[in-house]
Amino acid sequence: MFELGKYKLNLKQYVDSYEKMLLIRRFEEKCGQLYGMGLIGGFCHLYIGQEAVIAGIDLAKDKDDSTITSYRDHGHIIASGIDPKYVMAELTGRASGCSKGKGGSMHMFNSEGRFYGGHGIVGAQVPIGTGLAFAEKYNNTNKLCFTFLGDGAVNQGQVYEAFNMAALWKLPVVYVIENNEYSMGTSVVRSTAMTDLYRKGESFGIPGFQADGMNIESIYNAAMQAVQYVRSGNGPIIIEAKTYRYRGHSMSDPAKYRTKDEVEEKKNHDPVAAVRQIIIDKSYASEEQLKEIENKVKKTIAEVAEFATTEALPSEDELFTDIFK
Amino acid sequence: MAEITVREALGQAMREEMHRDKRVFVMGEEVAEYQGAYKITQGLLEEFGPSRVIDTPITEHGFAGLAIGAAFGGLRPIVEFMTFNFSMQAFDQIVNSAAKTNYMSGGQLGCPIVFRGPNGAAARVGAQHSQNYAALYAHIPGLKVIAPYSAEDNKGLLISAIRDDNPVIFLENEIMYGQSFEVPDTIGPIEIGKAKVLREGTDVTIVAFSLQVGMALEAAEVLAQAGINAEVIDLRTIRPLDENTIIESVVKTNRLVCVEEGWFFAGIGATISSIIMREAFDYLDAPVEIVSGKDVPLPYAVNLEKLSLPTTSEIIEAAKKACYTKLG
Repeated sequence: MFELGKYKLNLKQYVDSYEKMLLIRRFEEKCGQLYGMGLIGGFCHLYIGQEAVIAGIDLAKDKDDSTITSYRDHGHIIASGIDPKYVMAELTGRASGCSKGKGGSMHMFNSEGRFYGGHGIVGAQVPIGTGLAFAEKYNNTNKLCFTFLGDGAVNQGQVYEAFNMAALWKLPVVYVIENNEYSMGTSVVRSTAMTDLYRKGESFGIPGFQADGMNIESIYNAAMQAVQYVRSGNGPIIIEAKTYRYRGHSMSDPAKYRTKDEVEEKKNHDPVAAVRQIIIDKSYASEEQLKEIENKVKKTIAEVAEFATTEALPSEDELFTDIFK
Repeated sequence: MAEITVREALGQAMREEMHRDKRVFVMGEEVAEYQGAYKITQGLLEEFGPSRVIDTPITEHGFAGLAIGAAFGGLRPIVEFMTFNFSMQAFDQIVNSAAKTNYMSGGQLGCPIVFRGPNGAAARVGAQHSQNYAALYAHIPGLKVIAPYSAEDNKGLLISAIRDDNPVIFLENEIMYGQSFEVPDTIGPIEIGKAKVLREGTDVTIVAFSLQVGMALEAAEVLAQAGINAEVIDLRTIRPLDENTIIESVVKTNRLVCVEEGWFFAGIGATISSIIMREAFDYLDAPVEIVSGKDVPLPYAVNLEKLSLPTTSEIIEAAKKACYTKLG
């Protein structure tokens, strides 16, 4: 069923995606800096290295399709269309943060952009995303839900409970397993008996295929075929995106469970640099045009950081609001 | 005045709300073709079809999470747990996803969902099928917890729970399902968070909820014969707790007995006692008495089971103690 190289990116998609991926990359780098300065607290999981996954999915999804993910969510919420300054303001715990400063790094939401979080319990977003798909089917919308999970989540029982119901009821959900090789510090081979994660739906009859998570076109190709399959009423599908995170699991993780050589080797296949190289090779844009994009992103990030570090903390009255609707 | 059972009251509430609002659906184990393990959903499948009355696999963690996602997506699910004992499988989703998301999202994402089913001890079903979860769920900010007694309250409060924009834990009682109550001709929504004084009195306040309300009323009858005029309050809602009704009563009676089927430690009675100390300390003429389930997993043997659960005579004794009246 799955065809390699069926869908290719055009000039505009490459150039737009370069900007989006670079924005996420620079955002996360800034996030790391602000964390180091003590301006961001708590648990903070950076997406650096995995940008092609959300960028590729984003190209294949309709505007009204929903997305949901775990706690490594900065890239996903930025892709959902929100101004990144509200994301950074959430990270610095300010009133103008996307969750009014009450959620933090792991609990980002953008209901306007149909991004449903930002969930801190590994695997919990999978039944929830399946439920979002259930609502689409109930309302006959022909929309679908992209439910992201990591390689760590595939060992959570509730993931398989959700797979079962999604297959049983033919729910319109695309499960995107972002396999970055480590669930915190435990590698896939040390945590998972069967490591072909795209096959995790087999016992439910859910098809799956693997894509190169460091290559946006590979993700796009997989996502387009997945979307067609799901939107035709066939029920769920799984994409395993083979990717890698450059930084530790969270900011407090020095990542001693892997070698520097391993990380350096992965960086040779950097997804953002790869997109840039393709744009140059195919003359989709000139070096000057790319510099322009890079300067624009740099300026945006400077503004984002300025905003997030100067906005007011939440009013103390906010402590007891939003407990109930 | 007509008479209906608690079972009928609950079924009517769901049926009426499903007619009123197409976003309302019910899901759970055996709710559709089997007509409900306790027949609360009887007839709903025939009336509303399988897209709105949904049999789930035995997969509480999964279907609770799925229903929460459906609620985030704009639907209004009613999730039936065959018993609340099985909701422990789903506890993470209820607490971490349903209860907290509105707050964590700065008010963006509410979760209009009802989790309902029988709670507490039935009869001779052992420790894993007999726990009372009122205190456990009431502990969590972001959840509303309802545990009604009468048929009218079961119906009116379930209607309100379904219409509420927040997650509601609706605790029923298996022993109560078949009990009949007189009800008015029409029952509309009953406000969540309001207790009800079922019997007015002057000497001691007895606070109870669910099945134990019946025991409290019985106890009050016996106490009356001993010259003690007890006021009986049916909490109806555990969270948000109607503190004012309890405080007003204690200001009048100066004595308080809290009754619950669940365990004493960190229980509902302990919380009410603390509230009364804070708000009405000067009005208390005796320490607050708490009648609760014994601090053990519920045993099977008939005599031990009976010893574990609160009884009418324990309520009578507690009230007499609060009134400094000699026991016996």
